[in-house]
Amino acid sequence: MAEVALRKTQDAAARPRHWRVVASDWASDQTAFKNVSWGKAMMWIFLLSDTFVFSIFLLSYMTVRMSTTQTWPNPSQVFALHIGGQDIPLILIAIMTFVLITSSGTMAMAVNYGYRRDRKKTAVLMLVTAALGATFVGMQAFEWTKLIMEGVRPWGNPWGAPQFGSSFFMITGFHGTHVTFGVIFLLIIARKVWRGDFDTGRAGFFTSRRGRYEIVEIMGLYWHFVDLVWVFIFAFFYLW
Amino acid sequence: MGDVLIGRGDAIPPAEVVDVELYHPHSWITKYVFSQDAKVIALQYSLTALAIGLVALVLSWLMRLQLGFPGVFSFIDPSQYLQYITMHGMIMVIYLLTALFLGGFGNYLIPLMVGARDMVFPYVNMLSYWVYLLAVLVLVASFFVPGGPTGAGWTLYPPQAILPGTPGHEWGIILMLVSLIIFIIGFTMGGLNYVVTVLQARTRGMTLMRMPLTVWGIFTATVLALLAFPALFVACVMMLFDRVLGTSFFIPALVSMGEQLKYGGGSPILFQHLFWFFGHPEVYIVALPAFGIVSDLIATHARRNIFGYRMMVWAIVAIGALSFVVWAHHMYVSGMNPWFGFFFATTTLVIAVPTAIKVYNWVLTLWRGDIHLTVPMLFALAFIVTFVNGGLTGLFLGNVVVDVPLSDTMFVVAHFHMVMGVAPILVIFGAIYHWYPKITGRMWNEALAKFHFWITFLGAYAIFFPMHYLGLLGMPRRYHDIGQTSFIPESAHTLNAFISIVALIVGVAQMVFLFNMFWSLRHGRKADGNPWRATTLEWQTPETPPGHGNWGKELPVVYRWAYDYNVPGADQDFIPQNQPPTPRPA
Ligand code: HEM
Ligand SMILES: [Cu+2]
Repeated sequence: MAEVALRKTQDAAARPRHWRVVASDWASDQTAFKNVSWGKAMMWIFLLSDTFVFSIFLLSYMTVRMSTTQTWPNPSQVFALHIGGQDIPLILIAIMTFVLITSSGTMAMAVNYGYRRDRKKTAVLMLVTAALGATFVGMQAFEWTKLIMEGVRPWGNPWGAPQFGSSFFMITGFHGTHVTFGVIFLLIIARKVWRGDFDTGRAGFFTSRRGRYEIVEIMGLYWHFVDLVWVFIFAFFYLW
Repeated sequence: MGDVLIGRGDAIPPAEVVDVELYHPHSWITKYVFSQDAKVIALQYSLTALAIGLVALVLSWLMRLQLGFPGVFSFIDPSQYLQYITMHGMIMVIYLLTALFLGGFGNYLIPLMVGARDMVFPYVNMLSYWVYLLAVLVLVASFFVPGGPTGAGWTLYPPQAILPGTPGHEWGIILMLVSLIIFIIGFTMGGLNYVVTVLQARTRGMTLMRMPLTVWGIFTATVLALLAFPALFVACVMMLFDRVLGTSFFIPALVSMGEQLKYGGGSPILFQHLFWFFGHPEVYIVALPAFGIVSDLIATHARRNIFGYRMMVWAIVAIGALSFVVWAHHMYVSGMNPWFGFFFATTTLVIAVPTAIKVYNWVLTLWRGDIHLTVPMLFALAFIVTFVNGGLTGLFLGNVVVDVPLSDTMFVVAHFHMVMGVAPILVIFGAIYHWYPKITGRMWNEALAKFHFWITFLGAYAIFFPMHYLGLLGMPRRYHDIGQTSFIPESAHTLNAFISIVALIVGVAQMVFLFNMFWSLRHGRKADGNPWRATTLEWQTPETPPGHGNWGKELPVVYRWAYDYNVPGADQDFIPQNQPPTPRPA
């Protein structure tokens, strides 16, 4: 025991430090990111690419907001709900944001229990995450319906620049699609966890390959990313 | 460089990644159709790309017929001419070159060259091909819809791309946009595979700085694609909404045919920025794999180590990074702020530095090399000449004052065909001739291959070199018929006819290539596993063609870089990457 510990500290001393660690990892063979599985690496790179997609969506929205000749509708009025006799600005969005951020918390817990091989808790927490995600999409559908009934269309709206509706439906729609896909995959993976596929090594239906508990964490990466993107949409679209 | 070992002390570091679980096909369908083997996927990608490329080739004949003999072919009206150039350009750039270099060569060569059994996610890799095929089918469908394919030019600039007056504004443009969106989705699935395979699935001893330059080129190009295609994706989505839903992302207030349109307040120049933020890196998406492959062809067939390997790698990476900050050199005439022109002209000229380094290194590799004028080598040499030619005219066009008068003339057409049309195509031919023995186990018919080379190389010059002159005269691009114009002399028309005849001859010569490809499959001389006596791993496989899983029982172990040719003291003139170092007397 003591010997093992000793060898470990020696190794640590021999390993170069700080950015030199990065350099030596990249200079080594086999893997550039040590101890990062293929799936995780792939998800990170996908998210990098997806970051570009969302950034360009937001930049384009800002550009048309500048190029349009009509006034931009005031988001705090447009996104207000009439509750208890008065208009409360952004109340629905506040709740939606809260729901989504909460779901990030439950997702993180699911990842944790996944690594402890606690099937039941992992599956339940993933289902809770999926339910929160579905609630988010549901509230978004409600918001869309409300705006459509008030006359907002992709090509125009009663209050000013038509680009308002175009950007709104496009960006929230694209984000909502991401959440929806996330919910679907959460349900699929939760089922597999619940059934114990990752303990018994059952092969996937399509891929004929065995999955691992790590998929929960990879799912988590995606889910946190989608939440993070929402924060930017919230800031740039609703608060500005 | 020789046999440098990595890791302290021991030559062979322990395996870090457990061997993959391969999917074993049970039937003919899962083996050859819905195959998860990167090599089969590569062939599917390549054959589909070549097939659709043939369509683009035929379109170029039609265009040349019209330009060379205006008025003779009455079935080509102005609208059709525009449709031909649009489909020709888009197919060539995206569906042929991008798909062939990354989906085709990437899939075949990456796992073999880095010593992996397959791509990291074979199932996703398989989906990538089928999504690509769908994109191609949607594109082809646009030839058959009412109004025909879009004639907006391959740049698809709004507002004209979606408004009446442009051919194909009814359905063609919609199908084009949808097809591009599908293509990008499919590409992303494949691209993630290529990147992760290079980063995380190399065999023992294969460091990044021991990878053949082919892999470096394809890898960097894929990274560029993963970051550049998002701009095209978003632009396509927005234009699709402008066309289908009547939004105004890109369309300002307009009066068209005496009518005020319902659009207003959009920014057409935003589309140009998005398009070229994708479009310029796209040039390097097809150029970098070509750079990489050509480096390996030259080293192998000149029996010399590549000159300045590290510099070559860093040049690839630098070009890739710089390619994201030059895009607006395509927009000097768009009316953007002149300061932008100054900035982008500077970055454009800076990019010439790493590019020139690469050219010098190729030449220095050849210098006093033991040059074998094999067919792949001929194509590699032709590439260097052509690329230098196109690169020099690029320096002209990179400068604002020179570009403004030359913009939208045949000079531009000549430039980009040289640099991103002919040059990469020459590399593709060279690469196919080079790797064909590994893929099929047969050699080509050498005489036919040489015939194909000379016609293609000399023909391409005869086609595109005079276009520089036509451009300087002021002959505009994308014109169905220049008619009688005082600044264009009669001799220019003769020249146009000459170009068209050569284009047809070159086109027919490609049939020789196709014939040779299929004929040799059966009748070619049997190739042994390493006919070029090359060092890289793909030539060291236990079977030729390599079997499923590539390496038999044991993965190869790499001891050296990819360019040990003519090492003094070695008993052969090449040392494979997986040959262990001979113990030296202490
Ligand atoms: C046999 C070989 C080829 C011939 C004869 C040919 C001929 C032509 C012609 C006549 C045009 C239209 C010029 C105009 O009126 O504007 C054109 C446009 C174009 N070609 Fe090619 N081409 C060939 C190969 C290629 C290749 C390999 C590429 C791949 C990059 C390519 C990419 C393009 C592009 C991007 C355009 C511009 C389309 C547009 O203006 O929207 N061509 N080509
Ligand atoms: Cu460019």
